[in-house]
Amino acid sequence: MEIRPIFSALMRSKVSMILIGLQVALTLAIVCNALFIISERLDRMDRPSGMNEADTFWFGSTGFGQGFDVNGVQQSDLQLLRRLPGVAAATSVLSVPMSGGGWSTGISLQPNQRTSTASTAMYATDAQGLDTYGVKLVAGRNFKQEEVVARSINDRGVPSVIIVTRALADALFPGGDAIGKQVYLENDGPTSTIIGIVERAQTPWMGSDFIENATFSPSYMPYGTSTRFLVRAEPGRRDEVMKTIEQKMQEANPSRIIGRLRSIEQVRREAYSGDRAMAIILGVVIAALLAITALGIVGMASFWVAQRTKQIGTRRALGATKFDILRYFQTENFIITTLGLVAGGVLAYALSLWLMHAYQSPRLPWYYVPVGFLCLWMLGQLAVLGPALRASRVPPAVATRSV
Amino acid sequence: MFTYYLQLGLRSLKRNPILTALMVVGIALGIAASMTTLTVMHLMGSDPIPWKSDKLHYVQLDSWSPDEPANDDGSPPDQVTYRDATALMEAAKADKQAAMFKLVLPVQPENPEVKPFQSLVRVTYTDFFGMFEPPFQYGGPWDRKQDTEHARVLVLSKDVNEKLFGGQDSVGKTVRMNGIDYSVVGVLDEWKLRSKYYDLTNGAFSDPEEMYMPFTTAVDLKQRGSGNNNCWRSPGNGWESYLESECVWMQMWVQLDSPARLAEYHSFLDNYVNEQKKLGRFQRPLNNRLLDVNQWMADQRVVSSDVQVQTGLGFAFLAVCLVNTIGLLLAKFTRKAGEVGLRRALGASRREVFKQFLIESGVIGLSGGLLGLLLTGLGLLAIRALYTEYRTVASLDWTMVLTTIVLAVASALLAGLYPTWRACRVQPAAQLKV
Repeated sequence: MEIRPIFSALMRSKVSMILIGLQVALTLAIVCNALFIISERLDRMDRPSGMNEADTFWFGSTGFGQGFDVNGVQQSDLQLLRRLPGVAAATSVLSVPMSGGGWSTGISLQPNQRTSTASTAMYATDAQGLDTYGVKLVAGRNFKQEEVVARSINDRGVPSVIIVTRALADALFPGGDAIGKQVYLENDGPTSTIIGIVERAQTPWMGSDFIENATFSPSYMPYGTSTRFLVRAEPGRRDEVMKTIEQKMQEANPSRIIGRLRSIEQVRREAYSGDRAMAIILGVVIAALLAITALGIVGMASFWVAQRTKQIGTRRALGATKFDILRYFQTENFIITTLGLVAGGVLAYALSLWLMHAYQSPRLPWYYVPVGFLCLWMLGQLAVLGPALRASRVPPAVATRSV
Repeated sequence: MFTYYLQLGLRSLKRNPILTALMVVGIALGIAASMTTLTVMHLMGSDPIPWKSDKLHYVQLDSWSPDEPANDDGSPPDQVTYRDATALMEAAKADKQAAMFKLVLPVQPENPEVKPFQSLVRVTYTDFFGMFEPPFQYGGPWDRKQDTEHARVLVLSKDVNEKLFGGQDSVGKTVRMNGIDYSVVGVLDEWKLRSKYYDLTNGAFSDPEEMYMPFTTAVDLKQRGSGNNNCWRSPGNGWESYLESECVWMQMWVQLDSPARLAEYHSFLDNYVNEQKKLGRFQRPLNNRLLDVNQWMADQRVVSSDVQVQTGLGFAFLAVCLVNTIGLLLAKFTRKAGEVGLRRALGASRREVFKQFLIESGVIGLSGGLLGLLLTGLGLLAIRALYTEYRTVASLDWTMVLTTIVLAVASALLAGLYPTWRACRVQPAAQLKV
């Protein structure tokens, strides 16, 4: 197969060639970067929270009226929840991973340190807390119920014992000997002793730079007259429990408002709705872009076939096989696409550099461009196949007709 | 001649329906992608109160820790402390001023058919209404005296007035919240806010408040706000020490009617901070900011980087669609070389041929624009489904409809320029030979 005649034919319709090449180049650059953004978002959405997400849900209860005894109601509510059929565990919480709201603080190794050693999310819960969250204790021990102290949001105090995540333990004590060590949650405050380590518990904030640092404090901590409860249902019974709970709570104490019940799966969906939307939008743009480019190639190739019908007939009359004709158009497309792809590869890296500069996004991994080459080569070959087959069916007799 | 060329164009488009459809759909898709994203970006970032956005300023004081800045870029904290907010309110050096935060309170309706519910309350001063100009349906704001007297009064939003009083004029009626009665002094009409620009700390597109209450009244409740609270030093225990603490949890806005007033207020703030330094507070270098509405919105990235990237991508996609259209038009016009030759031979000037083909491109652009408008509508519906909080910014207005059509026709004409120029250069003699 000689490339030269194809090349010299192409040189006679430079503009069309440049247009298709430009289209391929832009497509490659956009598709590579968009795909990379999608994969980043999918990775983000895939991060484990450390919780049992399938069986858990949470909700708030806000009391009203003067003399509403928030601590008393909290205790009777916990008893009620734990007795409900289908409930495996229940606890009161300040926040849950991925929920977007909560309390964070600095944690230090020395009193009055100028800057804290690490940042951490604070989860206030009781002795059933770890069990209800479904986080896995990997070292040390759980809280004892007598260690749980009643506090309030205006009177948070400092817990004497805490349980931290593996990531936080490693940040504070890289030697791996965090159990039994004392740390400072307040500059000059009393110390807190680390009694346990859980494998993982994310912070409530998806964009935080200390997403794996969390501390559990054994305390009941209502927010004004509001308490939040986290409930873990027996496997498969979450929705059933969620349906009945509002009524049961209202019956137990009518002078309060039960807030929206949200499963932790719902909390996750809401936390990542922006990432999901971005991935979907970019996906749609990629699909539309590939379709437009493919259709553009089909349109252009059809035009060339129609324009060269006579030449094709002549070639056939001079002995070229159908396969030769087919190969001619496939090769021609391959040449144009390749030229476009080379330009597009440069463009893809340039776009990536710009995104890095303007939006602090990470560098496009090198393999995206070669994979993009393969995909667009394939796309081009498939798109040109129809017109090329039509060309191969041009009868040699066409050469002898004058118009 | 225009109508004749229009007819010619339409006929020529009908002759190659597939090629025509390809071009129209290509332009429509490109237009839809770019206009959908542009609309969202445009509405998100648009000035929410253009007639006075340069007069409203957001107060930032650098009360943060001597050991580290509040933000990595060295900018001061995004909110102020209770101490500073009340001190600035008391000084009253601006033309208008309002410190504010938000609070959630349980409402106990008198009507037994309405279940008790949680209500989001904006806690602020009377100047809030003069500064941000929400429209009133009944009554009006509370007055300055009521601000100082800790009056138990409320301004209701239209929605909550609908819920509690069936949309009636409820001025003078009472609303019970957490065991305390408040009397209604005003009811807002529908307040169409694209973004909640007066409080960006929990996202620019979070829900607006359902009620408004005097600041002094709300602080008596000793209940913490429901917005962000950041402390660089422990607030200690109890409500009083929280009020005295270095925790930032309030937004503070001032209205300054001229650049001279702005400069005056800036130096007043600097003096205030220098005085506070003598008391051992504000140990960081002087770093006060008074950004106006648009500067504050840009600083808080109201237009998210995702939306910017999507818009860039939308226009890159439009570019690809245009390159595609140029190629297809070129193919189409080249095929018509014979026709051009004939027209030229019969006396049509190049100019006339140029007009004819440009009109044909324009027809494609117009069709693409109309289809693109439809697709843009669908695209915005999709955006609203994907981002529920963007419902206020994902809608078409007349400017955007017009922009869409103009962009489509301009794009098609631009795409048609080169192919048309090529078509005009056809030598009649070469085409007419058999």
